[in-house]
Amino acid sequence: MSLAIGAAAPAFTLPDTDGSPTSLHNGASAATVVVFTCNHCPYALAWHERLQGVARDYHARGVRTLQINANDAARYPSDSPASMAARVSAGEFAGPYLRDDTQEVARAWGAAVTPDVYVLDGEGRLAYHGAPDADYGEESLAAGWLRDALDDVLAQRRVGRAETKPVGCSIKWRR
Amino acid sequence: MPDVELLYWDGCPSHPKALADLRAALDELGHPEIAVTLVEIATEQQAAERDFIGSPTVRVGGVDPVPPPAGEPTGLSCRVYRLRDGRYSPTPDQADLREALHRLLADAAQEA
Repeated sequence: MSLAIGAAAPAFTLPDTDGSPTSLHNGASAATVVVFTCNHCPYALAWHERLQGVARDYHARGVRTLQINANDAARYPSDSPASMAARVSAGEFAGPYLRDDTQEVARAWGAAVTPDVYVLDGEGRLAYHGAPDADYGEESLAAGWLRDALDDVLAQRRVGRAETKPVGCSIKWRR
Repeated sequence: MPDVELLYWDGCPSHPKALADLRAALDELGHPEIAVTLVEIATEQQAAERDFIGSPTVRVGGVDPVPPPAGEPTGLSCRVYRLRDGRYSPTPDQADLREALHRLLADAAQEA
């Protein structure tokens, strides 16, 4: 069951690729983007640069972006912490890339696919959930649904399109 | 004509587009009569038995028209393709698919 729009998002503290604990609530952010993603999914890879573009473009406006990999790395070795760290070292992430090894955070948030995108307002309440934009194959869409949601949150407006259908690979749950 | 199969795993949403692209390619090549057999891969064991490295995978007479790099592990996963312009995609580049199908179907016709 996914979070309802307006619900308080469950707090978490997860390690980044250096092992440093990173918390959802870390001082004042005008908004927070949380993306469940991974290394091996073509949908996550296709949308990846667009999502990093959003993280970079909105950072100066007080938006924090956290990306989380919850996949079972035993069955999908390309999602291992070492593979995550290699991508971060290669400069592929515009923000922390966190490991949800127990998958408790993904379950608490109701994440189902990669990428699964959430936007929280400044009070930590869910303002948007869904896909970055309408088509993984169309780069010109520039994660527009996510940008629209952030613009609404930053302007303290109700988000016009608060929910869309997340599209991607299923999260690889532990057996 | 060789068997044309589309192997898929239901945990990945890409196979309807892959089927549509495959049908379009066969039609463009003048082979609307060729049936595409959908083969569901539902277990790791089936993936290993069919050398299935991810969904979707096309086979023409048992041959992958867009062969993966050597050593890719089998398993239940979405397959990563690269388009001709370098972008990642959950389905094969349509031009790559059409050219490979043309070659494989021509080879099969020659052998027949």
